[in-house]
Order: sequence, then structure tokens, then C-alpha cells
Amino acid sequence: MATVIVDGKEITIGDHERLNGIQVAQRAGIEIPHYCWHPGMSVVASCRMCLCKSGTRDPATGKITIVPKVVPACQTPAKDNTVFVTDDEDIRKYRAMVEEDLLIDHPVDCPICDKAGECHLQDYHFEHGQKERRADIKPFHSRRREMGDTVTLFVDRCVMCTRCVRFTREIAGTSELMVVNRGSHEEIDVFPGLPLDNKLSGNVVDLCPVGALCDKDFLYSQRVWFMKKHAGVCTGCATGCSINIEENQDTVYRLRPRENPHINQWWMCDEGRYGFHHVHADERLNEPRQWTKAGQVSLDWKDVPTQIKTHLQAAGHLAAVVSPHLTVEEAYMLCAFVRSLDDKAVLAVGPIPVEGEDETFKNGFTIRAEKCPNRRGVEAVVQHFTGAVTTFDELLDQLAAGANGQAIGGVWVSGGYKTDWNDESTAERFANVKELVVQDLFSSPLFENATFQLPSAAFPERDGSYVNVADRLQSVRWAIRPPSGVMTEGQLLWRLLGRSGLFNAQVILNEIAAEIPYFSAAAGGVHELGVDLKVNQLAAAT
Amino acid sequence: MPKFEPVLMANMHRPDSHTLKVYESTGGYQALKKVLKESTQESFRDLIKNSGLRGRGGAGFPTGLKWTFLPKDHPGPIYLCINADESEPGTFNNRYLMELDPHQVIEGTILSSFATKASTAYIYLRIEYPTCYEHLEAAIAECYAAGYLGKNILGSGYSLDMYMHRGAAAYICGEETGLIESLEGKRAWPRIKPPFPAVEGLFRKPTVVNNVETVACVKQIADRGVEWFKSIGVPPDPNNPRDAGSYGPKLYCLSGHVNKPGCYEAPLGITCRQLIDEYGGGVWKGRKAKAAIPGGISMGLLTEAELDTPLDFNGPGKVGCLGLGTAAVVVADETVNMVDFLHNSCRFFAHESCGQCTPCREGTHWSLSMLDRIKAGKGRLKDLDLLSEIGNHIGIIPGTTICGLSDGAAWPIKNALKKFRGDFEEYIKRTNPTGYMITDAVPALEGAGSH
Repeated sequence: MATVIVDGKEITIGDHERLNGIQVAQRAGIEIPHYCWHPGMSVVASCRMCLCKSGTRDPATGKITIVPKVVPACQTPAKDNTVFVTDDEDIRKYRAMVEEDLLIDHPVDCPICDKAGECHLQDYHFEHGQKERRADIKPFHSRRREMGDTVTLFVDRCVMCTRCVRFTREIAGTSELMVVNRGSHEEIDVFPGLPLDNKLSGNVVDLCPVGALCDKDFLYSQRVWFMKKHAGVCTGCATGCSINIEENQDTVYRLRPRENPHINQWWMCDEGRYGFHHVHADERLNEPRQWTKAGQVSLDWKDVPTQIKTHLQAAGHLAAVVSPHLTVEEAYMLCAFVRSLDDKAVLAVGPIPVEGEDETFKNGFTIRAEKCPNRRGVEAVVQHFTGAVTTFDELLDQLAAGANGQAIGGVWVSGGYKTDWNDESTAERFANVKELVVQDLFSSPLFENATFQLPSAAFPERDGSYVNVADRLQSVRWAIRPPSGVMTEGQLLWRLLGRSGLFNAQVILNEIAAEIPYFSAAAGGVHELGVDLKVNQLAAAT
Repeated sequence: MPKFEPVLMANMHRPDSHTLKVYESTGGYQALKKVLKESTQESFRDLIKNSGLRGRGGAGFPTGLKWTFLPKDHPGPIYLCINADESEPGTFNNRYLMELDPHQVIEGTILSSFATKASTAYIYLRIEYPTCYEHLEAAIAECYAAGYLGKNILGSGYSLDMYMHRGAAAYICGEETGLIESLEGKRAWPRIKPPFPAVEGLFRKPTVVNNVETVACVKQIADRGVEWFKSIGVPPDPNNPRDAGSYGPKLYCLSGHVNKPGCYEAPLGITCRQLIDEYGGGVWKGRKAKAAIPGGISMGLLTEAELDTPLDFNGPGKVGCLGLGTAAVVVADETVNMVDFLHNSCRFFAHESCGQCTPCREGTHWSLSMLDRIKAGKGRLKDLDLLSEIGNHIGIIPGTTICGLSDGAAWPIKNALKKFRGDFEEYIKRTNPTGYMITDAVPALEGAGSH
């Protein structure tokens, strides 16, 4: 164990931890301001905002010697008996100098800047800056330049921390961004004809400590201080990146990565980042309906559970399609409900959307070809009920041939897919099904043929857990309420199972953890970084 | 003191002095033959260490000591880079060496490579020296043909390859890690240290960067011995335990307002006034000197009264300058306006700041825009305070930047305002009689700070 002293406080760090001054100060509860340093990238020590003083303590005598000049905390390793001083007259003087220098050519256009409110330059200026401008007053100038399809650069707001440049070199491995010119004429730019065009491009906006790089998708759409952050999980692919869903009044404005060392570190891909617009699409279904002899009629949600139960009970042999977009809890409740009506009901996993191949970037970040968040969780649930996993195609065959010697009379299909996932030919295969319940986000041929047409919730509206490609289970709560006319799958199934009150995913997950060994690690609550289900599998195997 | 005899420049007057034939006729490559035959790599390194040779590039770091920082028993490759990116204003001594006696530089480089066990040597040459390039290229080719370079040099078992690399004219490439980055094909942004180049330098291998004149001195020491070298110059100050002494001959560059500007070889420790009067024929047009730069603009300024400062590694530091630097003396006569002088210096550094560290990038630019405004007759006394604040706050001495070139940008500002503040105040009051007392921020001059 090594002892590091920060402003007189002793901090103990592990033997194998390689931390710098900023990180140990964080542990001591002291924030050292910094622009260029980022834990996920190389150290350049060029912004000089994290200047502090450093020295050593003689372990024998306890005498402390401080080096008589300032050093960047980001570049100073914390070893046993290292001493950091993060605040004295010199340090304040130099921080004020850096802040003042950065503002010399800055347009100070905070009122029209997207970053205002979460801008390091703003925050540090209030905390460390000069109280008035001493440099000459310049006319307002703000140049904007497109970096690519997703990102735009406000050239004059840049503080040249080069985080974005290092990101494209070290993380994405595509190296589109670079520094052009020299000295105070320096700017971030791309090569002519080679725009910022990689599948991680949106991260440079998160990395930018000021308002220089802005997200075109989010630009001018919402003030950051109006938005509330909710921990979520990206449902775009099987990686299951930890994200923050940022919303105001039930409208999602942006998704940003949430640091999770086990899954995505600090990053997420553009597909996931911009993959939430379907949540607010006009085409979303928002009314439960039923085909009757009199034609299509609207249903009242309070009648839906009884209606469905009655119809399915009378339908004979049942089947359910459990979508890989459902949470573990929803999948479990759906299986439990269908099996409660027909204890031999066929349980099939919904179609697994696969696009292309897994794509791995320079630092190991991977975008999966499997474009659904919970294949493993759903399969584990289905397997628990049926002993084997029936695929969607196998179910289609059974629709024609019958299952367990009986024709299938009723099917519950859960959807939740962003894209068209079935066509007329699929719908025809269900033609002989007497009672078809389809719950989905968007209309589709199969949906149009259903007896019960139920709108479904989108991912920011769900409560529950997802299991990613590496068997890590993450539990999240809803971020926004579903649009009017939509009941979440969780709530509907909760009622169908005859439970009272509001759906509580934690209760269901505890039951699942007790019942299904695969999920046993999730018993008693799940950490915000998720829980590794493999641990129990490995333990069971040995 | 016996009369000083130039050695580094001894053969430059000969016709075709840059060819191997002429160089060999004056005893060239004898030192190399002797060292390869008689010395081991360690013993030759110790010889240079004992000679007290200090780097001629600007910082004056003891050369032999620098070589000992290389890791012992390293499997290699080890690289030697010759810093020929001579871009300090007023400096042209390396140009003389490379243009008129390139074989002396190459012999020194081979000897230094031998001592450091380097297998490859690079000469990083600035693009502005086309003749140096031609002469060095031709000289390297001659050496390969004669067996002084290549595999198994002169049957000694030691092999060395030498390459030229031409930099695209940036001051920052003269900083050793900036040079290394540039040599690797990257933007010449100095690296953060540690690791130092001796441990992890070019292509992440141990690397030594030496100046052209330093390796020329290595050749002379190999030829004439440590005793000869130590008989020239200034011994260490007994009262300063950290002083390594200033031994050996030095090429002084003299330019500015003198009658005979040029490159002169003199023993270290000659005073600035001696240099101007005895070598440069005095200040031109019968005028008096007002100020002189002791060793390239980044070292600061000497006043007329300080011209008796000895130009050794300690002298200029004693009168508030940064150091000896490249020993390039630029003289300004009494008619020079110090505002113009400092403006020119600031324009150079604003243009050449590599832009990596905020304090240097913005500080040099800010000081230039203030001086632009002062020059245009809109100066304020407050600007002088701001300028000296910038001068005092940037550089590796306070610790606010990565490389030392930022100290070089600060020093002229600092020295000019300390030693010539009266000139600045007088200029500001005379040109801006109504506004010189304003302390609030004023509108920027249009186009100020552009460079």
C-alpha cells in the first residue's frame, strides 16, 4: 500500500494502482481543474490547467520537500510518499493565467452556446479566473466549420486541448482530426475531402471540455440545465453500453455514454447515440385495439387484461414470441403468463436482428452485429421454462404443423423492434392462428392481422434488466413516461399475472434470481455498473 | 595566456575545404583512426567526460555526462541525432562548420556515435541551408566510399550509418524532443519528460541529441587531447559547486551594428566588449552600443554597461540573462528604439511558438498584440506591467510549459522591461499623451497580433 499526501490529507492507494495527481486528489475530495487530461487517453500535459506543486516525504524523518516550481498534476505519478499541494498563491496565479490566456481569443458567446451550463471553461473561470478582462477587447467573431455529418466545430471556442485529436487516433483509430497551423493560429481541422466519418464520432463532442465541438443532432435543441439525467442501457446492440438518457418533460434530447469500465469505458457508438429518435416518431402506436366481428374497435386499457385472458383461454394450444428487446423481467412474466394458461405453451425467442459483422476499434470498443440488447437474458428465461430455446423460424414451422400434437390456436407476439421486422409472408404464416396478440412499437403486416393490437413501450420507458453479450446484467429504471395510450409491457403483464399496484421490476428480478441459477448473481440488487452473471456460471461449472 | 589559435575554423579558408581530399591533407580522420584502434567505446566516452566539454547548442549541458545517461547494456539500436536546425536568431556558427568543413562535423559525429554505441546517426538540417545540405551529402558519400561510414569501419568492427533529414523550417524543431518528433514524421511538439531521450527517444529507443559544434569539439579533443582542451577557457567557479567550467574554443557569431560581422573562434570567457571591439571592429558608424544580445535573442539583453560580461556558460546568467545560449552576439547601437527591438523579438516568438502549451501559445501572441498597439502609439503604462507578468510567468523555470523555448520567449521581454523600462515609458508617454494612464481594457488594434 502506498500513501500519498494531498493538501495534508493522507490517501492510501493500492500497490498496483497507477494514478496521477488529479486522480489521487479526486480520492481526497479535491478537484484539480484540467482540460487536456482524460483517463481514457494519453497524457499530453499541454493545457497547463492542472498545475500544482509536488514533492516527497522522507519516510524516515517525515520531512517534506516540495519542488520549488509548479508541475502538471496529470503528468506527476502518485507514488509512496508523494506529496501534492493543490492550492497556494503560485498555483492560483498560474491557473488564473491559463484561464485568462484561454479567454483572450474566445468569443464568450455563452448565451448561444450549447455547452453553456456544462462547460469547463465557464466553471473554471468562475472558480479560478481573473475577475476582469485585462487583454484587449476584440470584436465578436465566431467561425463555424463542419467536421462531418455528425459534428460541427465552432473554431474560436476551442482551447486546443487536443482530446478530440487523440480520440480519433487512439480510440477510433481513424485519425481524421488534426491540428493545423501553429501558435495562436492553431485550429482543429480535417483534411479536405476526408471528414470526421467514423462510427464513434459523437464521442468527440462529449470529450470537448468547451463548446467547440457540437453535436449536430442536439445543436440548439435544449438547454443543458433543463435536462435530467437517467442511467440507462443502450439497446442498439448486444454490447449494451451504459448510457445516460437526458430528457426534459418526457422528451429525450440526447444519449451520452455513462462511464462503465466493464463495458464501454467512456464511449458509445453513433448508432446507439442517435438511435433514439424512433421513441418520439409520429408513427408510434398509441392505442390498444381489437378486431371483432364488428370490425376494429378501440379498447380501454382497463379492459385489456381480462379480454386477452378470456380470448387466449378459449384459443386452445398457445405460443409466445419473446422479443430480444424485452427486459429479463418482462420476458419472464410473459412466459409465466402464457404458461399459466397452457402449461405446454410453445415459447419462442423473437427474431434476432443481425446486421453485418462485429466491428472492433483500435482500443477494443466493439459494435456488435447483433442489434438487440437482451438475447442472452431472454434465451435464459425461455430455456428455464421450456428446457430448450425455440427459434422464431421453428415456431413458424410449428404454426403449420402443430406442436405437441395440437394446432396452435393463440399466439402472443412481443415486438419492440425499431425497424420493419416482419412482412406479408410472415403474417400469412399466422393466418390460421385464432387469437393473435401483437404488442409492438410500429405497425407491421403481422400487427395489422392481430386480434389484439397493443402499443408497446420504447427502451427509455421500460423498467428492467438486460444481459449483454458478455453476460453482464444491468438494471435500469424508466427515464420518460410512455406516450399517452401506451402501457408498458411490464405493467400489462404484471396485471395479467394478477398482481396489484404498479409493476416493480426489482421484485420480479429477485424472484428470477431465486428461481433461475443463471441469474442468481442478481439477487439482492444490481450495482449501477451491472453484475457479471458468468461468475456464477463459472462457480457452478467447477 | 598564450595566443589563441583557432582550431575549429583553422581549415575553412582553404580552397575546396569541404572535400575529403583537402580534409585528409590537413590531418582529417587521423583522430578517428587513432580512437578506433586504441580506445574502447567506454574509454573514449570517459575521455570526453573528463574534458569538461559542454553542449554548444544553448543549454551547455556536459556532453560526456549526457552520454552516460544511456542505459547500460542496451540491446540497441541507439540513435545519435545531430541538431543542425540552427534557428536561433543571430546564430550561424553551425552553418560555417557544415558548409566549409563538413568532414570535421562528420568525423565528430562518427566519434560521438562510437562513444554512445549508436548504430545510426541522423543529421537534422534546417531547409534554409541548401549549401550545407549539398556539402554534407557529398561528404557522407565520400565517407562511405572511403570506409569511414558503413559496415565495419576501418576494420574496427564498429558499424555506423548516417542519414540527412531536412526540417521544414520551424524554430521548435531545435528543441531536442521536438526534433525527435519531427524526425519521426510527426508534428514537432516537444515531448513531456520523463522519459528523457537518453532512455526513450527516437522511435522509442535511447537517443542522444548533440549540436553540430559539440561534435566538432569532440573531434578536436580526440585529436589534441584533454589537456589542450582544458588549457582554453574558464575553470569552474570554486564557490559554485554546480559549475562545470567553460572549457574549450567557441564559435561566436557577431552581427548587428558592428563594422565586421561574422563568425569568430575565440576561447570561452572572452567578454562581449572584446568580441565587439577586437573581432568586430567596434560598433558601426562610430556610435556607441545601446544593448547586445549575449547568445541569441532568447537569452535576453545586455546593456552597454554590462558588455564586460565574460561570454562563458556562467557569465550572462550573472547579469540577469538566461545563459550563454548559442553565443550569437547581436549588437544594437544607440539609435535603436527598444520598443521596435522587443516588438521584433515578440513577433518572432509568437510566430514560432509551437502552440502546445497554453501559456506560451497565448502569452507570446498576447505580448505581440500589446506591442503592436504600443508601437502604433496607443500604449499604456499598464501594458508594461502585463508584459512583465507574461515574461515572468511562462517557461520551464516557473514550470508552466513543457519545453525551455518558452523561457527563451520570456527572457527578452523580462530583460527589456527591467533594463530599459525608461525607454518604454518615455515612448508610451510621448506617443499616447492622453491615454497612457488608462488601466481598463481597451479595444484591440485592428490586425494586432497577426504574424
